[in-house]
Amino acid sequence: MTHQRKTEALVYQLMRGITYFIVFVIAYIILDIFYHGVAVLRWEFLAGYPRKSGAEGGILPAIIGTFCLVLGAIAAALPLGMASAIYLSEYARQGRWVRLLRLAIVTLAGVPSIVFGLFGLGLFVLFMGFGASILAGSLTLACMILPTIIVASEEALRAVPQTLREGSLALGATQWQTIRKNVMPYALPGMLTGSILGIGRAAGETAPILLTAAAFYLPKLPRSIFDQVMALPYHLYILATQHPDAAKVRPMQYGTAFVLLLLVLGMSLGAIVLRSHFRKKYKW
Amino acid sequence: MVEAMNPTHGMEIKIETCNLNFYYGSVQALFNISMRIPARQVTALIGPSGCGKSTFLRTLNRMNDIIDGTRLEGKVLLDGQDIYANGTDVVLLRKRVGMVFQKSNPFPKSIFDNVAYGPRIHGVRGRSALADSVERSLIRAGLWEEVKDRLETSAMELSGGQQQRLCIARALAVDPDILLMDEPASALDPRSTAHIEDLIGELRKDYTIVIVTHNMQQAARVSDFTAFFYEGQLIEFGSTKQLFTAPKEKRTEDYITGRFG
Repeated sequence: MTHQRKTEALVYQLMRGITYFIVFVIAYIILDIFYHGVAVLRWEFLAGYPRKSGAEGGILPAIIGTFCLVLGAIAAALPLGMASAIYLSEYARQGRWVRLLRLAIVTLAGVPSIVFGLFGLGLFVLFMGFGASILAGSLTLACMILPTIIVASEEALRAVPQTLREGSLALGATQWQTIRKNVMPYALPGMLTGSILGIGRAAGETAPILLTAAAFYLPKLPRSIFDQVMALPYHLYILATQHPDAAKVRPMQYGTAFVLLLLVLGMSLGAIVLRSHFRKKYKW
Repeated sequence: MVEAMNPTHGMEIKIETCNLNFYYGSVQALFNISMRIPARQVTALIGPSGCGKSTFLRTLNRMNDIIDGTRLEGKVLLDGQDIYANGTDVVLLRKRVGMVFQKSNPFPKSIFDNVAYGPRIHGVRGRSALADSVERSLIRAGLWEEVKDRLETSAMELSGGQQQRLCIARALAVDPDILLMDEPASALDPRSTAHIEDLIGELRKDYTIVIVTHNMQQAARVSDFTAFFYEGQLIEFGSTKQLFTAPKEKRTEDYITGRFG
């Protein structure tokens, strides 16, 4: 065996080893949570209210809370993000100004989530007077996922061939007609799936809602968007670090982590199914 | 003699360009093009790649407007009206000046929805009115017999040649008076090409057609007038017969005899 061939084989094995190692770590985490989580996954756990500061009972308020926050974030961020993406990719004159805008958006995506939390606290909770509430938390999450949605939507728009736009414009369609009838229908699945993936990540965030929406312990369901709520990631954080008897509530931690994981994986799975469905529908 | 000086003498002129200059950013792509395109005739634009013939074609329905950083000087008169004048309705212009692209670009919709796209955006409502328009256009484009039983299937399932005829039908559905064709047959097999050429022969009775082609035999076969472009300049314009049999310019002769290009 020559020297080069040896190196080649070594590099190959090294890369393969690293890849398998990463997969192994992720699989271990998921299986561990699954194994311990399934044990506590009973009806009372999913549909019950927490008792004794979360040491017993269920996590229904946290599930509902996270659900409300995510839904609110989608409702606020999706239209805004799509509109920005349409502006950037379809209307804006490509030049220095738009490059600067894009840079700002990408930078925004890299801002730590606790900064978004503080921003939400300042703007929505205090300045706009929403208080710690579903509304304030949703809007904060929306701000956090906006860059992801804009970037994903822009990519989806760019994937639509220019020839379809030209074909439509050449028939005397206005730009808005072209976008609405001959660009958006094909870009929408991509926009949605990219956005869902971003939102799935937001669902697991603790920092943004810590200061704007999440309640430490609130064993009842929210009645309006101005109510505080419990949320899964925050609840998990409380159980794991703030509870006086952390070791005793370990099963509850596993259960909560498991439900949160299911929620996020479920959303990702939904996004993938949606994408493959539309991919079959629209081909060019 | 008059014919030799002014090949379109005495004919109705549909499009006239006056001292047209066109720039992509700082790069000038067209130099001082003045040309008179006669009504209800086929005018072919020939020349080597990058000579500006497609750019010229796209100035006629202002499709270059959508490219950032382009600039135009001079005039393009359509029935005597400058289409680059302030206040020109570009939507209306493009409805009058249809375009067929080099690469057929059917929309990923049904055959029916492809042809009905134009009428719909121009406000035609009602299934029967749309169906009439779709049928008429498909018949004109010579595609009706092949697709009449499957109008709801996706246009993407048609063959390349059928797709291009669908694009022609789609352009005809908005009742243009001019059809611009940018190498409509360059990606097609010989049989489909022949089909498109026959179609052009049919359509010339009612439409003013301007066709860009790489294929000189095609230009000779389908066109009444031919313009030879080279490096952004209009070198020679004349009746197709004259240009191909007795070119006045040395460069035209060199090009059509295959000495360069």
